[in-house]
Amino acid sequence: MNRPASDSSRVAATTGAAAVAEHPHQPFAVRFPGFARRLPWLVLAILALFPLLAPTFGLEYYVGFVRRLLIVAIAASSLNFILGYGGMAALGHAGFIGVGAYTVVALVEAGFSSAWLAWGGALVVAGLSAALIGAVSLRTRGVYFIMITLAFAQMLYYLAVSLRTYGGDDGYGLYTPLEMGVWLDGVHPDVFYWVVLVIAALVFACFSRVAHSRYGHALRGIRDNETRMVALGYPVYRLKLAGFIAAGAVAGLAGGLLASHNAFVSPAMMHWTQSALLLVMVMLGGLGRRWGAPLGVALWLVLEETLKMHTDYWHWPLGVLLLLAVFHAPQGLAALSERREGGR
Amino acid sequence: MDAIFVFEQLLNGLGYGLMLFLIAAGLTLVFGIMDTMNLAHGSLYMAGAYVAARVHEASASFALAVLAAVLVTVAVAALLEVLVIRRLYRRDHLVQVLATFGIILIADDAVKAIWGVAPLMASTPAALAGPVQLAEGLPYPSYRLLLIAAGLLVALGLYLLVNKTRIGMLVRAGASNRQMAEFMGVRVGTVFAFVFALGAGLAALAGALMAPISSVQIGMGEAILIPALVVIVIGGIGSIRGAFVAALLVGLVDTAGRAFLPLALRAVLPPSVAADLGPALAGIAMYVLMAAVLTLKPAGLFPARA
Repeated sequence: MNRPASDSSRVAATTGAAAVAEHPHQPFAVRFPGFARRLPWLVLAILALFPLLAPTFGLEYYVGFVRRLLIVAIAASSLNFILGYGGMAALGHAGFIGVGAYTVVALVEAGFSSAWLAWGGALVVAGLSAALIGAVSLRTRGVYFIMITLAFAQMLYYLAVSLRTYGGDDGYGLYTPLEMGVWLDGVHPDVFYWVVLVIAALVFACFSRVAHSRYGHALRGIRDNETRMVALGYPVYRLKLAGFIAAGAVAGLAGGLLASHNAFVSPAMMHWTQSALLLVMVMLGGLGRRWGAPLGVALWLVLEETLKMHTDYWHWPLGVLLLLAVFHAPQGLAALSERREGGR
Repeated sequence: MDAIFVFEQLLNGLGYGLMLFLIAAGLTLVFGIMDTMNLAHGSLYMAGAYVAARVHEASASFALAVLAAVLVTVAVAALLEVLVIRRLYRRDHLVQVLATFGIILIADDAVKAIWGVAPLMASTPAALAGPVQLAEGLPYPSYRLLLIAAGLLVALGLYLLVNKTRIGMLVRAGASNRQMAEFMGVRVGTVFAFVFALGAGLAALAGALMAPISSVQIGMGEAILIPALVVIVIGGIGSIRGAFVAALLVGLVDTAGRAFLPLALRAVLPPSVAADLGPALAGIAMYVLMAAVLTLKPAGLFPARA
């Protein structure tokens, strides 16, 4: 999880304190290597303690909010993986979230009550649909890829609208919570929060690890110059498809968790604006950057929540934020702190 | 299902297709010439619908309402072009998605602030409220006939403008090879500003005409944007002719799908399955069409950059 931070700490160690004095505006990770390396663990610790501390500060309501934030961050991380590292601009990611959510609904309707089975099912079914959709979509390029992923997500949307067994347009309520097993259920009211946190941390660590593996480098090579990667003998199509399937599966897992979180599933989860929002959050955070997805999700959802508390007109400030980001921070939030590290 | 029902549905599909064409025409030119993905095009459609609905209510003149809708929307679009779109030309598609999605958010709130959250009820002009007897036993709403006539007229006008005038020549030059056009001394920036305003006007016209037969509400722009994007992708990005053919195709497929698929399925499947499957298949029909076209012709039916 903290490998690149240690990379930059090595840079700092060799260049020494003199370099810091020469460049007062050096990135955070170079100036404070020890702190930057520990920061992720610190954040994780704060997040883990949050449900215990929240009642003291009267923040119980926000335990649910942070849980939602973590779930959305899981989905956003998967999109960041294929879009940021793989250059696949998928505008249909909410479709996989929906597939995951409806898999949970289908399993519940069929009489299953195990959360692990439901979430695992969400992961697998979304992965399978990503395999089918990716196999067709990845034959197209550029704008056509954006459009065809959008088209498939719309197909899934209309499929969900027409499934009257599962509530159709009105959605489907999951009235009894799924069972997470005797070891977890009833131990603490916020046990679901910690389960989500552990899953989010694992997903995030996996994607970070893979992004810096041989496979991750190949994926970035494809993003930067696909023709060259073909010439070098990489099975480009298969590599992209593998990434697309992994991202779809993880988005499905997020969908399954979201179904449990909301205790409700509706086609609105997979409306195209949801896909666009996910894309917007990832870009706002920083495409193809380790912390891009969680930063973008946190910024967007916190702003949304804060604005909603104060006004009914909470869309336009977010719109202005997007325009400002496009013109003043095109590389995203995560890039602001690592500006001098030389690109992604 | 008799011949009259079929004919009626075909006319509905034609009308819907022509309205889609009005929206897609601006979108495909902006995309084709400046390589700019403008998700906020649907918001211009929404602006047209709202202005028309309110002016029609206030003045009782439908012609005035349509005119006002077009003028107001073109003015807003010109402002938008100068402030935002102009700076997006050379940026990445994803950045354009980000910025124009921001514009959608602002536009939706602006409409909410000006006209409120509740959907507006736009009325058909009084003179066109009744049906017309097209043939023995075939009454058809006269307003929908006006829609078809207006759509065809605008399509013809656009065809003449693009193919027979000097400015049209510049537009085509920009669409087929922007760099070469720039080298030859075409002020592509000016051409684009013109095209953007033209596209906005057409979207507003479509919005104003569609207002009485659809619900005028926040989010209508986002709903119409996706079929319009499907149209320009099927037709080939940058091609007006492609957009026309694709719009009619999508209009007919969508309308026919909704009208006939449930009936056809009911004939072969148990009613409960058909009731579930029919609307789903109708909803996805145009996306299947798009996937099929892209499989056979990856750059659309009439690629502008041949």
